[in-house]
Amino acid sequence: MLSIKNLHASIEGTPILRGINLEVKAGEVHAIMGPNGSGKSTLASVLAGREEYEVTEGEVIFKGKNLLELAPEDRAREGVFLAFQYPVEIPGVSSTNFLRTAVNQVREYRGQEPLDAVKFLTMMKEKMKLVEIDQKLLSRSLNEGFSGGEKKRNEIFQMAMLEPTLSILDETDSGLDIDALRIVSNGVNQLKSDKTATIVVTHYQRLLDYIVPDFVHVLYKGRIVKSGTKELAMELEEKGYDWIKEAVDSEATV
Amino acid sequence: MSKDNQILEDLTSKEYEHGWSVNMEADEAPIGLNEGIIRWISTKKEEPQWLLEWRLKAYKTWENMTEPTWANVHYPKIDLQSLCFYSAPKQAKKTKNLDEVDPQLLQIYERLGISLNEQKRLQGVAVDVVLDSVSVATTFKDTLGKLGIIFCSFSEAVKEHPELIKKYLGSVVPMTDNYYAALNAAVFSDGSFCYIPKGVRCPMELSTYFRINAANTGQFERTLIVAEDESYVSYLEGCTAPQRDENQLHAAVVEIYAGAHAEVKYSTVQNWFPGDKNGKGGIFNFVTKRGICAGDHSKISWTQVETGSAVTWKYPSCILKGDYSIGEFYSVAVTNNYQQADTGTKMIHIGKNTKSRIVSKGISAGKSQNSYRGQVQVMKRATNARNFSQCDSLLMGDRCGAHTFPYIDINNPTAKVEHEATTSKIGEDQIFYCNQRGISTEDAVALIVNGYAKEVLNQLPMEFAVEAQKLLALTLEGSVG
Repeated sequence: MLSIKNLHASIEGTPILRGINLEVKAGEVHAIMGPNGSGKSTLASVLAGREEYEVTEGEVIFKGKNLLELAPEDRAREGVFLAFQYPVEIPGVSSTNFLRTAVNQVREYRGQEPLDAVKFLTMMKEKMKLVEIDQKLLSRSLNEGFSGGEKKRNEIFQMAMLEPTLSILDETDSGLDIDALRIVSNGVNQLKSDKTATIVVTHYQRLLDYIVPDFVHVLYKGRIVKSGTKELAMELEEKGYDWIKEAVDSEATV
Repeated sequence: MSKDNQILEDLTSKEYEHGWSVNMEADEAPIGLNEGIIRWISTKKEEPQWLLEWRLKAYKTWENMTEPTWANVHYPKIDLQSLCFYSAPKQAKKTKNLDEVDPQLLQIYERLGISLNEQKRLQGVAVDVVLDSVSVATTFKDTLGKLGIIFCSFSEAVKEHPELIKKYLGSVVPMTDNYYAALNAAVFSDGSFCYIPKGVRCPMELSTYFRINAANTGQFERTLIVAEDESYVSYLEGCTAPQRDENQLHAAVVEIYAGAHAEVKYSTVQNWFPGDKNGKGGIFNFVTKRGICAGDHSKISWTQVETGSAVTWKYPSCILKGDYSIGEFYSVAVTNNYQQADTGTKMIHIGKNTKSRIVSKGISAGKSQNSYRGQVQVMKRATNARNFSQCDSLLMGDRCGAHTFPYIDINNPTAKVEHEATTSKIGEDQIFYCNQRGISTEDAVALIVNGYAKEVLNQLPMEFAVEAQKLLALTLEGSVG
């Protein structure tokens, strides 16, 4: 589904990603872990098409298409979804109105009829259950005055509505208490299928107790320096990142 | 940033939708302005002597006045002697029956999306249409007449209801109020008159649609709304003009009188031709709008969505004379390309326990300049006056300007006046967030701008709100800051 080859990206001339290679197949869950500043969120942003990042080398193929050539909205319409670490507030625009615009533009791109108000609301009601989100929240201005947990739940709710093929969760666990974490993870798990894939970017192993990864990758200094299964995450939780850093840094100096 | 600039470029190349004109035979006054022209207009309109004298008095005063320069707008001097002050489509004889209206005229309004055919109208909106200098049709007159509501062109009101016109004309905006108001008083050609008798709640929206068609013509209309005690009316005003290379002058006067416990809601969607993307052409919109809450517990509410005109100079105001009276001003003013707007309001608290609320949302894009200018004045006698003002500015791109000039003048220590102001840019984060959900940048901007202006748009009657939303999106199509 997703094939990243030798991806280099920089921001304002500073290289952040220095040769990422990653293969993600349908049905898989990949966790990207790593210390602060290793490039985890940059990777998520580059995949979603955030403009500030300049791709200097490498390629990303998504469902046979060159992802890097697509505008951010077309990536979304092709099925790439990014759950933001810091969801953005849009005053005066209700979540409902926002989502209806989004869903119908995605549908138009995919050659589907737009949903009328009734069908849209039916769909919303159904998906709301997944993340136990309140209707009242959805009639309020998008993310404005939402608690950290409400924002993250709203992200997963949007994901449910847009039915992406590749979901990238950027530190979705940050700022969540244990109940919210459970609700959000439940939502993500229910949306998983053998046709979709998930990339979970996280700092802590905690989230991976709920969303169990098939593969765990450790990012350090813009490269994947170690890959393994969920046991690797446990090991990191126990030992921290220093042993990996040391191994990589000593290799570099040799 | 380069992408933003590209989008701004795209936006600035957006064409004005109503830029067409129709060749119609017109009955025009000779070019220029002098006493003779005023007499010519008055004769043409078969006016009574008192009105001619009123006009001439205004003209005499105007001759000694100078054009105001305090507004934050810059434009070449207008040569009034090169303008035509009266232009009427030849077939535009006022008719009782819509079937008799010149089909060419009807077509103009069909093209603007305004159906004058009463049967065809789904929404109950009565319309008075003013083309260039004259009112050409008024719908639903009979229905309204049964309730004692008068809704007709100004000229007709002068003939049919001279006592009302005599009583209220110039009572809120004196003929000598300011340069443009005096000019209007001297040369005004037509406009709408609306009278709601005591205790009557007008069952439908009343609306006037102004269209400038002829070239080299100034449009000077007057609107007078009188709401007697305990009455209610909601009034809408829309306007468009053809796309022309030269500037055209529009100097209107709107007067509103509200009696005790009466309420008047006045909504404007102003979409005069704004000039092209290089700042060529466009309407100079110099308008005086004022209402008086003459009785206790009366209320006047102005809502305006300003997207057009090359230069706008406009301050719909409220004189809160009655005790417990309320004045409101809700405004969205959008400027793009080389447009300049200096707009706001005056709230003059005279009565006790009077309240006013000002919500102004400016949006600047391109190389435009957008100013809010507002005055809150609390007089000595106005015990417990309250005012709340909110002035927000939204900037798109880095070549436009937003300015705020609030004046507060308090002469009573019990007054409570609050002023809040914010300036923001449409964030790249907001755009990207929308993009990431599959929303195109253009639609993202429309969504964000409509959200920003929501508090004002919510004040508009339903059918107007939808039009205004589309207009906002269209005016700012694709712009990012």
